[in-house]
Amino acid sequence: MKSLAAAAHRHLLFLAALMTLALAHPAFAQSEHIPASSIPTADLIQPADLAATLQSTSPKPLILQVGSHVLFAEAHIPGSEYAGPTNQPTGIQILKDRTAVLPKDTPIVLYCGCCPWERCPNIAPAYNLLHAAGFTHLKVLYIADNFGTDWVAKKYPVAKGR
Amino acid sequence: MKSRNLFLATAMLFTASMPVPAQTHKTAPDFTARSLEDKPIHLSDYRGKLVLLNFWATWCGPCISEIPRFSTWQTKFGPQGFQVLGVSMDDDKPPVQKTALKYHLTYPIMMGDEHLGELYGGILGLPITYLISPQGKILARYQGETNLDQLEKRLATLLPPKKP
Repeated sequence: MKSLAAAAHRHLLFLAALMTLALAHPAFAQSEHIPASSIPTADLIQPADLAATLQSTSPKPLILQVGSHVLFAEAHIPGSEYAGPTNQPTGIQILKDRTAVLPKDTPIVLYCGCCPWERCPNIAPAYNLLHAAGFTHLKVLYIADNFGTDWVAKKYPVAKGR
Repeated sequence: MKSRNLFLATAMLFTASMPVPAQTHKTAPDFTARSLEDKPIHLSDYRGKLVLLNFWATWCGPCISEIPRFSTWQTKFGPQGFQVLGVSMDDDKPPVQKTALKYHLTYPIMMGDEHLGELYGGILGLPITYLISPQGKILARYQGETNLDQLEKRLATLLPPKKP
C-alpha cells in the first residue's frame, strides 16, 4: 500500500515537472500579458517631450519600436528602428540582438503604440528586458491610445517605410 | 478618488463606443488582399452586402475580444446580406491561421499590409472597424474596442428582415 502511494506521489511530481517545463516554453510566452502600468512613471517620457528633443540640436536617443512591423512601415518616428514585437520570442530576440553590444549608459527610448497603453502586449516585456540587462538611461514613450492618435495626429515628425 | 475613477471609466466607455466620423459617406476604397488560403479577395466582390471590415491582429487584446462576436453575427445575419471581412495586420500568417482555427471564424480573413493601411487613412492602432453600405459607402468607422451591443442593434436596423 505504501509503495503504491509513493508511486502515485512520484507520478504527481513528474506531472508537475512536465507542466512547469511546458509553461516555460516560448510558445506560452505570448499569452502572458504584462501590463504597461508596471513600468515606473519616472521612466516614462511624454510624446511632446520626445518630439521636442527630436526637433532640438541636443543628442538624440536610440529609439526602438517594439511593436508590429506592418504598423512601423505605415508610420514611425524618424530615425527609430524596428525591434519587436516583444510579446513574442522572436521579438525579444531581435531586441536582445540589437542591444547586446551597446554600452549600458546608451540613452534608449522604447515605444509601441499598437493598442491603448494598458492593453499593449509589447512595451512592458521590452522595458523589463532592457532594465534587467542593466540599461541605465532607459525611457518608455507613453502612448495613451495609439501611435496614430498620440503621435501622427499631433503632427509630430513621422517617417514611412520599413 | 472613487468618483474620479468612475468618471474616467465612463468617459473611456463612451469614447470606446463612439464611431469616428472621419471618412464616413465616402466610397470605401477597393482593394485586393490574399486570404489565409492564399486566394485573392476583392472588396468590390461584396457590393450589394452590408460589410463589416475589421482591421485586427492576433497580438491585440481588444481585437481578440471582438472577433468571436463578429463570427456569431456572420452566422446570424449572413443570410440577410451581411458580410464580415477580417484584415489581419500581423507581420506573419501562422499566428493568424492559428487564431482563425481557435475561434472557428466563420468569415474570410486576409493579410493586410502598410499599403492597405494607408488606403484606409492609416491603421495606426487596433482594432479599427468600418461599416460599409451595400452601395460601397462608408457608414461608420469605429476605432478602439467597439460597443458591440450598440453595433449589433445598428446592423439589425440596416439589414432587410429575415426571409420566412
